[in-house]
Order: sequence, then C-alpha cells, then structure tokens
Amino acid sequence: MTEVKMTRRDFIKTNAVAAAAATAGMSVPGVALAQARGGDGVRWDKGVCRYCGTGCGVLVGTKEGKIVATQGDPDCPVNSGLNCVKGYFLAKIQYGQDRLTRPLLRMKDGKFDKNGEFTPISWDQAFDIMAEKVKATMKNPDQGPFGVSMFGSGQWTIWEGYAANKLMKAGFRSNSIDPNARHCMASAVFAFIRTFGADEPMGVYDDIEHADAFALWGSNMAEMHPILWSRITNRRLTAKHVKIHVLSTFGHRSCELADNELIFNPQSDLAIANYICNYIIQTGAVNKDFVAKNVTFHKGVTDIGYGLRPNHPLEQAAGNNGYPGADGKPKGNPNAFSPTTYDEFAKFVSEYTLDKAHQISGVPKDKLEALAKIYADPKIKVMSTWTMGMNQHTRGTWINNMLYNIHLLVGKISEPGNSPFSLTGQPSACGTAREVGTFAHRLPADMVIMNPAHREAAEKIWKVPAGTISDRIGYHAVQQSRMLKDGKIGFYWTSTTNNMQAGPNVNQEIYPGWRNPKAFVVVSDVYPTVSAMSADLILPCAMWMEKEGAFGNAERRGQFWRQQVKAPGECRSDLWQYIEFSKRFKTDEVWPAELLDKNPQYKGKTLYEVLYANGQVNMFPKEEAAKVNAHAWAGYTNEETEAFGYYVQKGLFEEYRRFGTGKAKDLGEFDHYHRVRGLRWPVVNGKETLWRYREGYDPYVKAGEGIKFYGNPDGKARIFALPYQDPPEKPDNEYNLWLCTGRVLEHWHSGSMTRRVPELYKSFPDAVIWIHPKDAEKRGIKRNDIVKVATRRGEIELRAETKGRNKMPEGLVFVPFFDEHRLVNKLILDATCPISKETDYKKNACKVWKA
Amino acid sequence: MNSETKPKGSARRQFLADTARMACGVGLLGLGVGLYARNATALPPAALRPPGALPEAEFSAACIRCGMCVRDCPFDMLMLAKPEDPMATGTPYFVARQAPCEMCEHIPCVKACPTSALDHSLTDITKARMGLAVLVDQETCLNYLGLRCDICYRVCPLLDKAITLDPQTNTRTGTHTLFIPVVHSNACTGCGLCEKACPTEIAAIKVFPLYMARGQLSAHYRLGWVEKEKAGGSLVTPDVEHQYHMPEGMKYEYGKGLSVVPPGEAAPGAVPPVPTFKALQGDKL
Repeated sequence: MTEVKMTRRDFIKTNAVAAAAATAGMSVPGVALAQARGGDGVRWDKGVCRYCGTGCGVLVGTKEGKIVATQGDPDCPVNSGLNCVKGYFLAKIQYGQDRLTRPLLRMKDGKFDKNGEFTPISWDQAFDIMAEKVKATMKNPDQGPFGVSMFGSGQWTIWEGYAANKLMKAGFRSNSIDPNARHCMASAVFAFIRTFGADEPMGVYDDIEHADAFALWGSNMAEMHPILWSRITNRRLTAKHVKIHVLSTFGHRSCELADNELIFNPQSDLAIANYICNYIIQTGAVNKDFVAKNVTFHKGVTDIGYGLRPNHPLEQAAGNNGYPGADGKPKGNPNAFSPTTYDEFAKFVSEYTLDKAHQISGVPKDKLEALAKIYADPKIKVMSTWTMGMNQHTRGTWINNMLYNIHLLVGKISEPGNSPFSLTGQPSACGTAREVGTFAHRLPADMVIMNPAHREAAEKIWKVPAGTISDRIGYHAVQQSRMLKDGKIGFYWTSTTNNMQAGPNVNQEIYPGWRNPKAFVVVSDVYPTVSAMSADLILPCAMWMEKEGAFGNAERRGQFWRQQVKAPGECRSDLWQYIEFSKRFKTDEVWPAELLDKNPQYKGKTLYEVLYANGQVNMFPKEEAAKVNAHAWAGYTNEETEAFGYYVQKGLFEEYRRFGTGKAKDLGEFDHYHRVRGLRWPVVNGKETLWRYREGYDPYVKAGEGIKFYGNPDGKARIFALPYQDPPEKPDNEYNLWLCTGRVLEHWHSGSMTRRVPELYKSFPDAVIWIHPKDAEKRGIKRNDIVKVATRRGEIELRAETKGRNKMPEGLVFVPFFDEHRLVNKLILDATCPISKETDYKKNACKVWKA
Repeated sequence: MNSETKPKGSARRQFLADTARMACGVGLLGLGVGLYARNATALPPAALRPPGALPEAEFSAACIRCGMCVRDCPFDMLMLAKPEDPMATGTPYFVARQAPCEMCEHIPCVKACPTSALDHSLTDITKARMGLAVLVDQETCLNYLGLRCDICYRVCPLLDKAITLDPQTNTRTGTHTLFIPVVHSNACTGCGLCEKACPTEIAAIKVFPLYMARGQLSAHYRLGWVEKEKAGGSLVTPDVEHQYHMPEGMKYEYGKGLSVVPPGEAAPGAVPPVPTFKALQGDKL
C-alpha cells in the first residue's frame, strides 16, 4: 500500500516538474510536452474522447504500438482533465476480443449468397462485388443512382464524412446519404435553420459559469453529459442564488439537484412552452426593444402528419405532410410558414393559460409559474439545455422553435449566461454530420441541395461539372429503411453506426429491408454488432486512435488528433475505404452521357481522379504530414498518407474549409488545429468566436449593430406560432402504459464499445424496465421479476426495476436501448417529426406483464 | 439483473457433492476437528451471510447446513462453505465482488430457512444487515478524483438512502464538482451491489461483515442536534429572546448572525419604540 502511494506521488511530482520545465521552454503549450515524459516508455499525445458530444480532451498513452493508458487532458478547457467512467475506460475500447479484422461476405459454394455464412475474403474481392452491385443498382430502372445509398455517422471523423459526402453526391450523383444524427438531433438542426437561418448554438459551455438559472428541457445531463453536469452542479453550489429547473416525463438523476422538478405528461412540453410565452406577454415582460429590432413573427402550418408511411391512416388524413395526394402532387409542405404579427402571436398563445398548461401537462401550477418567472425576470440569466427529450419528438422541430420563442421574447440570447443550448450526443454530430452536411438535403456550410446557387458553389469547389449534383432530396434515415424494404435501394453502405439496434421499428421495417434479396448491404464497423450480423458484407474498420481524426463538439469546437497506433489485421479506415473504392468507377459508368458530352474533359476518368486526385485534395505531399506535426512528433505520418502518397487529411480539410470561409462558418487552418485543444468557429484571422450574433464577440456583427441574426437575409430571428398537438399513439385500454426509451451513464448508445469493456459491462450488464411500484403491483410484478413488454410492433423480455436511479410516474415505463439482447427498438413506431424526419423514441403505447 | 449467471441447480449439486465429501471425511474428523472449531466462530472479511442471518456465533450454532436458502435463491448467488473454506463448512455465504445479494422483496432465502438461523421476522429486505459498504480507498475512487462514475451510487437498491452523493467544489478545476459517495450505515443492507459494480481494477468500495465495518460512538458523549431532534425540542429551557444594540438598517438574528434589513421589514429583535402615553389635559377635547 505504502509503496503504491509513493509511486503515485512521485509520478505526480515528476509530471508537475516536467510540465513546468517544458512550459518555460516551449512556444506551443501542452501538446509536444507530453511525449517523452515519465521515463516509462509511454508516449503521450492529445486526443478527444470517442463518445458523446461534450468533447472532453484526453491524452492518449501508447507503448509498443498499443494504447496502454489514457488520461483526461488537464489543459483542455472542456473537462480540465476529467472524464466520466466511460472515458476512464477509453484505453480498452479498441481491444475487444471479437474485433473484426477481415472483410466477411455471406457465401455459399464459393459465391455470394444472401443466405450464406460469413466467409473471409480480400479487400479486392470485397470491392469487386460492391462495385458490381453499385453499377447494377444504377442501371436498375426501379432503383437508379438514388438506389445507391449510404448511412453514416456523427462519429465519422470530419474528413471521412466529407469524403463520403463527396463520393455520394458528386461521384454517384446520389443524395441518398444520411447520418445517424438524423435519429439524434435533426430536429435541433431544422429549428436552428427555421429560426436563425443558420445551424448550431450561439453560445458556448462558458455560459454555464455565467447563468443564474438552468432549465433542462428533456435532458438527463447527470447521466448523459456527466462532465457538463459537473460544471452546472458547481455553478449551483458556488452561487447560492442559482436555481435549476428540470422538465422531464419521469424523475431521474438530474432531478436530484433540481430546485424545481416538473414531471409532465408526454408531449405536453408544447403546451408548457406556449404558456411561458403567454406568461411573458401577460406580465409585460417582453423585451420590446429587442423584439422590435431583432425578431419577426410567423405562423407555421399545422396538420403536418407524423412522418409515417404514406398509406397510414394518419397520413391519409394529414393535409400538409408533403406526401403525394390523390392528384399526385405533394400535399402542402410541413416546413411552410407565413408572416404574422406580434399581436397575432400574442393572441395565439393567449389560450395557453396557466390552467390549460396545468391541465394538459399535469404539472402543479406553482411549478409552472416558477419556471415561467425565470424567463420573465430581466435580472435572471437563463441557460436552457436539451437533448433527446425535445429532439426525438413528432413535433421536435416545433418544440425547438418554441423554446427559442421564449428566449427571443425576452431577448435572453447570445450573451454570457443567456443561452438556449442544444446539446449533442455524438462526438462529431456537429463537426461532421451537420457542418460537413452529410444529410440527404445538405451540402457543407449550411448549404442545401435544393438551392441552385448552393449546388453551383459546391460544384465549383469540388471541380465537377455544373449539373453533377442532383437537385432532388435523397432518402433520409427512416425512408432508407422503407426503401430497402420496398426494393428501391439496391446498394446500402453503413458505417460507424448500428441502425439495426438504434433505428425504429426494427422487425417491421429495418430488418426486412436489409434481408430483401433486392438489396446488398455493406456494414463497415469494428465489432460484430447486430447490424454487422445482418449485413451481406462486413468491412473491418480502423477506429479512433488507429487513424488521424477530427471531431466537432456541441460548442462549435473542432478538435484534431494524430494517428497513434496501427489498426489490427486488415482493418482500414473509412477514409481509405471511400477513396480506394472510388478507383473502381469511371465517370462513363456512373454519369449520364449528356453530362459528359458537355464536359468531355471528364470522360474516361476514374471517380478517384475526379474527386480526390483533383489537384486540391492531393496537393500536400507526403512529407507535409511530418512538417505539420513536427512540433509533436518527429517524422509523423499516417496510413492514408502512406497509401495514397499525399497528406490526405490536410488536402480534404483545406478543400472543405473553402465552403465556410467568409460565410460565418469559417474554420481554422488545418495546421492550427494540430497545435491547439480545439477552436470554436467562426475562426476569423485565427481568432475564435464565443458568442455568435453579438457585437464585440462575433466578427460578423458590425459596430453599432448590437445583435444581428445574420443567418436570415433580414438579420432577424423568427418567432413561430405553433400549437399543442397530440402524439400519433397514446396509451389505451390494451396498451395502457407510455414507453420511453433512452440511455444510461455506463453505456454509450448501442453499447458496441462500452459493452466490450468488462468493467462497464459488469456495472450494468442487461437492460431493465423501470416501472412505478404501483404499476408493477397491479400486474403482479415484483422487482427483479422477468417481464414482457410489448407494443403493436413487437415484444421483449427483461427484468423489472421499481427502484434505483429512475423514478417513474404511474403510467410510464423506461427502457434503455444499449442492450443488444433486448432490442427495445423493435417496439418503437417509425413516426417522425414531419419536418426533421427524426423518430420519436419517447412516446409509444405499451403493455407489460409478468413473463 | 444478470440472467447469465450459473445455471439454476448447480449450487444444489455442489452442496450434495460437498455433503458426500464430508461424509467420507468423517473418518478424518479427529484430524480436522481443531480447524473446524476455529472456523466456526469467525467469518473471513470477504464472506457475507444471507439476509436475516443471526449474529455469527448464534448463526453458526443455529444453521443446520441444509442448503435450503441456497436452493431457493433465484439468483444463485449464495454458496455453501466447503471444508477448505475458512468458515463453518456447509454454512451459506456470498462474496459481494463475485455475486451480490439482489435484495428480493419476498426474501425467499429467509423463508426457506427451517431453523431461524435466518431470522423469519425479517420481512422487509431493506431492514437486512448483511454487512456494511465502506469506501475504503478515497485515492482510487473515481468520484473522489473528480471523474463522473458514481456507479456505486446508481446501482445501490437504496440509492439516495444508503449511498448519497455529496457535491463539493473541485478546487483544482474551479468549474467542476466532486460528487463524493457517502454510505449511510442506517440504511445500507450490505447487499454488495456497489462492490460488484465498482469499475476499478480492485474495488474502492467494499462490503465488510458488520463486526468489521461498523464503528460505535462512546456512550459518554451524545450528539446535541440528534438528541434535540429526538426530544422534539431543546433538552433545557430555551433562552428568552436576545436583544442587541444595532445600527439602523441592520439586524442580528440568533444563530444566523448579522444582515441588512430588507426594505419594508422591521428588524426582529430591535427594541420597539417605547410608546408614550400623554395624559389628556384641559377640561374638554
């Protein structure tokens, strides 16, 4: 014991001395210093945590080609050296025993067979059959270019997402690429665009230390954003006036710190938000100057349906869901809105009285009023945070808009402490999925494929002919599953995601789609997930520190890391996969003749030459990798640079950076990121931006303008009049409970990494169903009994939990989705927000009985 | 919670095997008796008795080594001591780090006990005292280090009662919180779920038998605030109201100290102005 202690103290002392000495001598802080310290042969370099959107900095220690340890990066301002318990085990995530190391194809009698068994093949063979399937799909009149489809990830590194986006939209001319972020924060995205004309939060994490009150709207930060929660808790502890309000449909760990806990009936957050606006107006708390200068008022269309299949009765009845009507023309547009006035808006929300809000939500009136007051009181700075409770919602775009309504009415926005802050669940949901624009309708830097000027700009930067990019929106995540089932997608490639576990309505939509003989499904992953096991071809990937990478976190902070170790076996990065695969196609095979006739210089070229060896992506020679990283690593290089002969990551990033430069989406220079613990964009003249849209903080707001929401052409943000509406499914006599799904601290999303860390597995091995003791008793269920839970879509079996971390109200049960042996998403209806197309995983009707 | 533990019945078979082995060993009894006698009185620190077990000496005497409690445990976490184990052979025990007590509401192990070695008056599992969790090593506890683990807290069946988190400022970062796990001996049943789930290489929180874990205050000192609450008020006559010389606008409250009087509020304890009674004079009003 004593011996261990001494070692530990000595170690700390040595490190402190080393750090102090090094700081004195080095011009670049931190990064390079960690390298040769300690004398134990461990080389340290900076990195980013692999899990959530918080973006905690980590230092990664390698020895003899293996990660032997990690530590929270004490110099990263996000986490100051701390991690949650998942981050504590980062050193183990790459080393699960069942790592995939060879391409595996379903085969029978030496050939591909949809019903065959997984058989090792070479990369060459894998790309052969993939290329064959892509070409066949494109020629199939039922499928065509959009039948070539990709499902990506908010865990893609920035350049992987960028290379994939380019391959799909400019190479295969298919916009059917969508990220799993669609399931996660598409509603946040659409609301940002509707309200501000520009994606992503205006504030930063520093808001936490400046706020006087916090309101969590459908977010259990205590478990899902543990390190940010630790900051909020500290703010609450050290400033006695600070109050925390937590809105949720059940009691959870964040409620423990709450001064005001509001447990509301599912879906009634819509009514609560409108009530708060009404309260602000009725009590004269509107910030009239702010509103007059910076806000316009609009009324959104209603009757927008629920994103179900068009033949669903609810969609047949909906007038504005955008689906083809009887005449074949689209029935309205769920995203449409028209101008209105302040007075009209005030009248619209006036019906959301305290009585009505109480009646719909079930929240005691004094609690509702206490919440309304923090927004109304001009002296209280409010930070609102939210994640899946608001985003996974059939009115997800609306509720995001409605929360901005509140902040805008009182002008509490874009300044330290006043901050509506949308949190993200994936490490690069912002950096890759959103900023790179890997959605079916997006291009980089907030541009969209529906806008001809945007397509033109993208085609110019990408150096592809005018008209290359299709003007049609591709298949979004949920639609991809439906199109697979309907035989419209012939080639489907997913990476860094596990949709068979994380997507909705697994048994009725996703699985039948993947097993459809008309589809060929490729899964690029590192472990045999449920998705991998459902695929036709599995490609083994390099992960995290086995490749050079970059993530963008929830506060607009981009963070880079260098490749630390080699991937095992034949694993290759997604980046290598996309670029190498592009060599298999000639423009003549994938582009229409008229496009090539107009641009004969592209004839006979491979997609590799057009997209990557285009004089831009390949402009930095191999030696550049060593040069850029010389401050940290003598003679540095990485797999892709060696494979292709140029510094691929830098070439891609520098090309990508052109999209946002000068458009308030400015990213820093590639080299800069390798020398810092992240930069928060817009990065203009090497300077980061903390609070957007506010003069002094944001370089895009001119002197004298004060506030400018420059994402919209008139420089103003939009307030929307939107009503409360029922969800598509509610408990009834048979399915008499609400089913809500979500996460736990110990596991990250579908558990493919954390369930392979023995200690994390042991700490929470199997999913349970949390149920109120009275609901359990009524059904003859005791704690720890095995129960069945069923919806109209299917059933699963698991143990009942009446105690513990989550406190259910009567009538609602909760099941986490991390457990691949208890696939709760079999139970989930594939209803989405009709605007954002994000599934509602929180509100299904279920029944529970003792097994 | 873990449905993938050893198959049901294996403990029972184990018991039968052990019993057979014991019978064969009777011939050797003379040899082993000294050892056996010593083992019967003490329990090794990692071994915990099932819920409702009598104090160790009484338990060892009352337990007939029938194995019924082991048979009826739905989680198969109870074991029977083998002759080589350092405790009374054939008696039931569990090791928290391996398989803790899942705290069944209906307590089948106790019901199964034919002799009251497991006390049948235990009908509420939260009243069980199998041991006591102790956060033995603060220096290796992730939460003490500022990380966000709190697994012991969340896994505790009596969360917020047996284990609470005491938030303290992380003075190193200045912006984060240390969530310090605190075990409350008045609620902890010693089920061992926390020790099982602790994710560090060697658990920082461990459950020990009560005789090892529990401290005791000396009888010559009482906790004033506890005694006051028990008595429903001060044990001796409360003070008469205190009064102080105070400048205007300030107040001093007993036990609370000095503060500024909010506008519109009279300072409590301030000397009220002495009313003046002026006799009416003259012969008419």
